[in-house]
Amino acid sequence: MSAQEQDKPLLSVRDMVQEFTVRYSGGTGLGRMPSTPGVKAGVVQAVSGVSFDIMPGETLGIVGETGSGKSTLARSVLQAPGPKSGSVIFRGAELTHLRGRKLLEARRHMQFVWQDPFSSLDPKWRVRSIIEEPLVAYHDGDRAARHKRVDELLELVGLAPERYAKRHPRELSGGQAQRVAIARAVALNPSLLICDEAVSSLDVLIQAQVLNLFERLRHELGLSYLFIAHDLALVKQVSDRVAVMYLGRFCETGPGESVYRKPLHPYTRALLDSIPSTEPGAARAAATLKGEPPSPINPPSGCRFRTRCPRATEVCAEQVPPPRELAPRHLVACHHPLSEPAPAATVSNEVTAPGTPVTPTQSARVISS
Amino acid sequence: MSDALLEVEDLRVAFAVGGRELRAVDGISYAVDPGRTLAIIGESGSGKTVGCRAIMGLLPVGTAIGGSARLRGTEMIGLSDAELRKHRGQDMAMIFQDPARSLNPTMRVGVQVTEAIQTHRKVSKKEAYAQAVELLRLVRIPAPERRFHEYPHQLSGGMRQRIMIAMALACRPKLLIADEATTALDVTTQAQIMELMLELQQELGMALILISHDLGLAASYADDVVVMYAGKIVEQAPAKRLFGTGGTVKMRYTRALLDAIPHLERPAHTALPVVSGRPPDPANLPPGCSFAPRCPSAADDCRVTRPALVEHAAGHRWACWHPCENGVSAS
Repeated sequence: MSAQEQDKPLLSVRDMVQEFTVRYSGGTGLGRMPSTPGVKAGVVQAVSGVSFDIMPGETLGIVGETGSGKSTLARSVLQAPGPKSGSVIFRGAELTHLRGRKLLEARRHMQFVWQDPFSSLDPKWRVRSIIEEPLVAYHDGDRAARHKRVDELLELVGLAPERYAKRHPRELSGGQAQRVAIARAVALNPSLLICDEAVSSLDVLIQAQVLNLFERLRHELGLSYLFIAHDLALVKQVSDRVAVMYLGRFCETGPGESVYRKPLHPYTRALLDSIPSTEPGAARAAATLKGEPPSPINPPSGCRFRTRCPRATEVCAEQVPPPRELAPRHLVACHHPLSEPAPAATVSNEVTAPGTPVTPTQSARVISS
Repeated sequence: MSDALLEVEDLRVAFAVGGRELRAVDGISYAVDPGRTLAIIGESGSGKTVGCRAIMGLLPVGTAIGGSARLRGTEMIGLSDAELRKHRGQDMAMIFQDPARSLNPTMRVGVQVTEAIQTHRKVSKKEAYAQAVELLRLVRIPAPERRFHEYPHQLSGGMRQRIMIAMALACRPKLLIADEATTALDVTTQAQIMELMLELQQELGMALILISHDLGLAASYADDVVVMYAGKIVEQAPAKRLFGTGGTVKMRYTRALLDAIPHLERPAHTALPVVSGRPPDPANLPPGCSFAPRCPSAADDCRVTRPALVEHAAGHRWACWHPCENGVSAS
């Protein structure tokens, strides 16, 4: 790859927004008037204005809790479905403008590995057909060439072709099935692999094997990754840069080492403190986050983390914090980042008071009433 | 040993699958004292769940269960269903990984908690309601009177797991078994639920068994640790002995589990130390040490003779011919 190409991002996402309409599914709202099924109940902005670049050969890790919008982000990049607004430029092409065959052609270089290999592999197909499918779909080589390629791919992911090519997914263990899914994903020599919780369902020893496989493929095939997981330690292990996502927005992005050593956002700090450590004593920071994320249907004004934040002040409710670069390539969207002393007058947050966590349905109730 | 709440001795569980005997649990022994936390750690299929289900009497009819499990001196193995029902809920309770699947989706959560109370105690409807609300408050559910009337789908995963804990605690059991109870939860929620369980343990003086694949969880929350592999205990020690700077992990399998956890201190893109292969087929175990085919320091004797679980130091047992020196792999 030339030096010029190295400087241009492989994937460039700007102000991406993804929305879903929530409709009533029927039933009663607790003795209130029954809501009519199908009537629009509200809009969930699952991803609200996210921008990032991935350089060739780079791995961007995204961490966040359930419902933070990290999977929606991945699917929006893949145009499955495309985002509501914003731009997704992949290898120089604006994907949101492409349709049909052109989109298929552009997407060939972007492949996906899902969380559960058993639901992403057709149970009736044999391993050989599963891995061959993308080659057939893109008319890549004749039958003999494809067979040879499948054997190569199986070797690449560490499965002996003679033993595994004829098996069905049910005859594989979780780790082996995920290897097959990875072989299928790299069959077309993609430049970007999107991994959505790709190792989360595996046992820790198998997980380490698959993580090492990802690392080897990065070297051997020059792959870039968009690596999504809820486990910060795992994401940091594989990523050059890490983005921390909360309720549809990035609250902190930066080099993994910097985000871990000097977290700037209170949410990142809380995530780090929640990880069970194998060093007793260092663990058990009892004052982790209270409460649960608010509903994305009705997110808090200003900073979305403010309802659970120990440092929240009035400005947090009024203004959305813009991302600021407080360390080299390390951006934080916070009015009171951890690099500054704690603000003197914090809002007495009803959430930080013990025993009264805000729960998602409290805000969802607004909709159902 | 007599003051232990639960004493498990030589517990064996075997399933008959296609005419073959499949030994899921093969002679495990441990004890849990009141108010203590024991973590049972192992990969999928190591027998950690099956062993506890055997104690609870939750295995299918026809499962061959041997050995002994005494809860407050009463033998649990071999009890009839009716007899077991007297102990389940009252003396021991279990919560599972997926609260969404454990709860009835068509019933209001409060009613499910009430049901748990009324199954075990003769109380009036009104009294059961009051107790259920009290339980919801006990597991720190905000506005319990209102939550009582909600359905499981209206609650988040963490809230659902709190409901499960409330149901398990309905009769103030002496022993709570949490089977991967926080695995499906976010890390921040996991920390909340673990804190809650430890607080409740202090309040109620319960013993807690944590079944997990996560050694980090064991290090952070357990007093004692049992590591299982292929149906057997391979290492057993107080958590303080195993983890931390002076940790003395002896069994290579435990070491491998510890090393394979992605660590924040580890620089990015470094290869994780792995052991190849996967756990053996329980119907076709190797003759020697079950871990030998995957063990980096397996020698000839490992493949021939199975090492016994022996107490080598105070409270620390391991089953290995070539244990790690000072907790670090020699090879």
